[in-house]
Order: sequence, then C-alpha cells, then structure tokens
Amino acid sequence: MEYLGIELKKPKVSFFDFTCCEGCQLQIANKEDTLVDFLSLVEVVNFREISSEKKDHYEIAFIEGAISRQDEIERLEKIRKQAKLVVALGTCACYGGVNSLKKRFSVEDVVNEVYGHNPVETLPVKSVKEVVAVDFEIPGCPISKAEFESIILHLVLGTEFRFKKYPVCVECKQNLNHCLLDEGKICLGPITRAGCNAVCINGKLPCYGCRGPAEENNWPSLKQILTEKGFSPEQIDEKTSFFNSLTEVTKNES
Amino acid sequence: MKVDMNIDVHHLTRVEGHGNIHINVKKGKLVDARWAVVETPRFFEAMLRGMSCEMAPILTARICGICSIGHALASLRAIENALGIDIPVIAKKIRLLAKHGETLQSHFLHLFFLAAPDYLNVGSVIPLVQSNRAVVEIALRLKRLANDMCDILAGRTTHPVSLCVGGVSRPPNKEDLHKLREQISERIPDAERTVELFKTIQVPDFIRETEYVSLKGEENYPWIGGKLVSTDGVLKNENDYLAMTNEYKEDFSTSKFTRLSRKSVAVGALARLNNNYNFLKAKDIAEEFGIKPLNHNPFMNNIAQLVECVHVMIESLELLDELLDEPMDEISSEYDIKEGEGVGAVEVPRGILYHHYLINKKGLVEKANCIIPTTQNNANIHYDLAELVEQAVNNGKQDTEVKKLCEMLVRAYDPCISCSVH
Repeated sequence: MEYLGIELKKPKVSFFDFTCCEGCQLQIANKEDTLVDFLSLVEVVNFREISSEKKDHYEIAFIEGAISRQDEIERLEKIRKQAKLVVALGTCACYGGVNSLKKRFSVEDVVNEVYGHNPVETLPVKSVKEVVAVDFEIPGCPISKAEFESIILHLVLGTEFRFKKYPVCVECKQNLNHCLLDEGKICLGPITRAGCNAVCINGKLPCYGCRGPAEENNWPSLKQILTEKGFSPEQIDEKTSFFNSLTEVTKNES
Repeated sequence: MKVDMNIDVHHLTRVEGHGNIHINVKKGKLVDARWAVVETPRFFEAMLRGMSCEMAPILTARICGICSIGHALASLRAIENALGIDIPVIAKKIRLLAKHGETLQSHFLHLFFLAAPDYLNVGSVIPLVQSNRAVVEIALRLKRLANDMCDILAGRTTHPVSLCVGGVSRPPNKEDLHKLREQISERIPDAERTVELFKTIQVPDFIRETEYVSLKGEENYPWIGGKLVSTDGVLKNENDYLAMTNEYKEDFSTSKFTRLSRKSVAVGALARLNNNYNFLKAKDIAEEFGIKPLNHNPFMNNIAQLVECVHVMIESLELLDELLDEPMDEISSEYDIKEGEGVGAVEVPRGILYHHYLINKKGLVEKANCIIPTTQNNANIHYDLAELVEQAVNNGKQDTEVKKLCEMLVRAYDPCISCSVH
C-alpha cells in the first residue's frame, strides 16, 4: 500500500488474550466504519476471538489482559521472543486492571470463596510489564477505538504517537458536562490521562482513572479537596484502587 | 470400518475465551469426549466482597466484554431487589432498549464473524472482505446499528456508563432516538437479506434431547426478571434460581457445570424460543426456517439467534415510539442504603444470567454469587459432543469432518468462556 508515494509497511500483527474480558479486542472488531481499512493496513495473523488462522511469525503482538497463572507467564515469554514489538492493550494488560482487586485478599481465600473444596490454580495478578519487557502501552477499560486506530496509523507510518498530557477533566469541560465533584461524587478526572473524550462522565459515571495518571496531575490537591468534602480514606481508596492504574501517584505521597 | 480417532482442539478459535475439545475413539467406539474450559479464573465474586453496592454493576460489567450491559443490568436488578427500589417506567424502557442493542451486537457478531465462516468454508471473516464483500457490508451495517443503539442508550457498548442503581443516570436525547428509529427501519432490509443468506446454509442435522431453561414470559418475550421455567416443567421464582442451576465442578474444567432434571441443561436463544415461542414478534421468520418448539438441535441456536434479532428490531421500534411520546424527566428513583438480599435474573445473549448479593447495613456487598449462561451450557456441550461424535462415526465420517462438526457444535452455543470463568 502506498501513501503520498511512500510504500507503507504492512506489519504482521497478532492479538493474544490473557486474564480479561476480551472487551478490548472487541473494540477493534466493533469499529465498523474503518474495520475494512484497518485490515488493509496490517496483516492480522493471529486473532483467535474472530479467526481460525494461526501463525508463529509476526512483528507486533498485542497483549490483552493481566497475568495470573504460571502457564500465562510461559505463553507470554514465548510471545515476547517471537515479536519485535510487544504492545500492552487495555488497562488489565497495562496495570492489572480490576483483576487487581483480588490482592485485597489472600490467594487461598479467593480460591476458597469461589471454588470451595475444588481449588484451582491462580497467582497474584501482574501487569504485562511485570513479566516481560513492553514496548508500548495502550490503556483504557476498554481501550478507545479512535485512539487505538490513531496509534496503529503512527506505527505503520513509523512516526511517534504522543498521548495527551492533560487530564480527562479538560475533555470533560470541553463537552460542557456538569462537574461530578460539584455533585458530591468522587471523580478522578482531574488526575487521569485524557484521550477517552470523558466518555464515562458524559454518561454521568465518575472517572475512576482506567487510563492511568495524566502527566500533569496534582493528586495531593485533589485528595485534599475530596477530604474537605467529607469523603473517608476508605471511600477514596475504593475509587483510586479500582483499576490499580493510579498507584504511581497515589502511593508516593502518603 | 473400525476407526481410531484422536482429536485435540487446543484453544478453540472464534469463541470468546479459552476452551479445548478432546475426542478419543478406539476401534469405532467412543472412549472419551470432553469440553474442557481452561480459561484463567478471575474471582469476581470474591473481589466484590467489601465493595459499595453501587460499584458492583461497574465491576461486574467487566466480567464480559460482549455482554457487559447484561451483567450491569443483572447486578442492578439484584441490588434494587435487595434495597427494595422500584425504578421509573422510563428507566425500564431505556434499559431494555440498551439490552436490545447488546443482543443485536452479540448475535450479529456471532452469526457473521464467528459462525458464518464455518458454513462458507473460510477461516475467518477477513477473506470474506474480498470474496463476499456484500455480506461483510451487511454485517458491518447491522453491527454498527447495534453499537449506535448501545452508545445512545447506555453511553457505551462495552462497559456501559449510564446505567445506575435506581434507574439511569443520563437520559438519551430525543433527537438521537429519532435518528435511531430511522436507522432501525433502514436496516430491516439488511436483516431480511441475512435471513435469505442463512436459508442457504446447511445446518447439521443432529438431535440430542435436553432440558431448556429460560425466563418465562407473562405478556411479552422475556428479557429482564420474572419466573424461571424449564421445558421439563420446572417452574421457580427468580429468588429460587439455585434450584435451577445446581452447580458442580469437574476436574478437567475451570468453569463449573450445572444440571436440573437431566444430566445437563441448555440456555440461550433456542431455550428462550422453546419456552416463549408464542410471544415472538418474528414468528414468520421462525416458520420460514421450520423452527418451532420443542427444537432439540443445538445447531439451530444460530437460527434462533437470527429470529431473535428480527424480534428485537421490531420490539425496539415499538419501544422507541413509546419513549418518543413521553417526557424524560423521571429517570431514576431515590433510595436509602439498608441491609438486604436480592437476586437479578436477566436473559443475556447467551442465556439466563443470575446475580445474587447480600448487602450489609453500610451498603457494602457481604457475599456475591453470579451464575453465567455459558456455565449452564457447559455440561450440555460436553454431552452433545459425545453423542455427536458417536453419530458421526457411525455414519462413517472421517477425522477432519468430525473435528469441524465438533468445533461448529461448540460455536453454535456461542460460548462466552471468560464470562463463565469470572
């Protein structure tokens, strides 16, 4: 394929899923307007959710999901050896995601609660980068279809993709939403990385930070505001730890 | 001829999640047929403990990327039953329309992307972009309608944002509803073309009698809440769901199995159709395919899904007319946090889904149980495989043909495996 007279690479890409809901892969299958164009931009060689084709040669591996069992670690290490580029796809892959809520309990306790006398194997949840080297991370629960597409275009064109530095709060204001903090809710939009068009707050669901911290954020100040509004540390922690995506800012200051 | 057969399908493709098929035939006799779910468990029920009940629908939506709206709705219904909340009629209609969007999204995804490649002899939908462009375009238009519907009604298809305890948090705007109404009407011919396309496929002729479980319709084809019914004559209240499921664990599978009057039950589109045929608004389509109760061919679940798509499109037009006529001012009910216990049963694309919570006086979840449609289908898939292989071997079918039939059988249930190992 050519663009402005330049021959574009058509990278071989693979999608692999681990501990997750497969909703991020689904965002790609669900991008109806541009799915056909997307399929002409890359060569999809593994996409088990929608395809029976399986090949061992690929350049880019998209990893969806967190890692929570020994066989997943081995599978991931094998993929790392094959792929030139490993991309963590979605909040579970980038941060562990909601799966990390498991860490509030012991492994024995969660296994016993769900499986009783028939235990199954499981490990404490890890993000992809805690197991293998990761070249690029695309956060979001689920990922933003538009952002994913833009990232793929940058990859194919060989140019650098830059995430927005400002927080979700900026996009939310642009959408003229009423501030949920003012409505008495805990909203983490002020410290979370933009790029989702504030989709949750548009529907009046507060932001719980699935995209990780914005480069420009002021957590101590938000925490002070939330405390002044009367929220307890437990109430604040329930929201900041929901996706395990904000630990880098919330754990440093306390 | 006495054949030997060893079929191992590791991580079956074109299904959601990870499952293996294992078949062993020695000298023409079936030794072993297994449906083994090997998905990594996520422990949602354990993680819910100690969480504010308002966060439960947000968390449990993430059990499944495909039916997240259904999970959110079952979760909300369980909480609202526990706290004694009656939600406004408008909110009920908005929720049902959002669910219809999800049903269309999930069924069309399954019919075109996951099931159709088997019948068109390709590995995936991707080569069809070249060879059957018109079909792919119909699929994309129908899927897009479904996604737009979810976006307008629930704010997002995967992991909805405007479904909340007490009702909905943001009303859809009427202009969007008008456009949606037009869009559905415009897509009816595409649905008709899909019906014509599926009439050309040869659905495998296979029968194994089983017990079909679903919600019981009172005045309409049922989707959210109500009595539970089986084709063997079992009738229970929503709160007595455990009597319908009877979960147990098999060593070779991380997903549990269930049973009722027989060794297995089936849930899903075919189960709903078998139990509620009289309420179908697309009976003519069902008749065109010759599908009527009781149908015991699991492959016909694909056709039942298609019939449901047409039904859902018709019902959505009716719901939209009603919504467009009414003011959108009352969309959620006030409520007090208190101690309580509640069950929510919802028909999601793959069958009946149950959420059950115990909530303490602080409004925190003390205990949670979620029983997923695919979990209820696992035993049925497992025993179907044995019967299917025996019949195929007796009819002289070879390895590759048997393997493909086995794969198609599992796909016909549209299993949502990561869901089942929540």
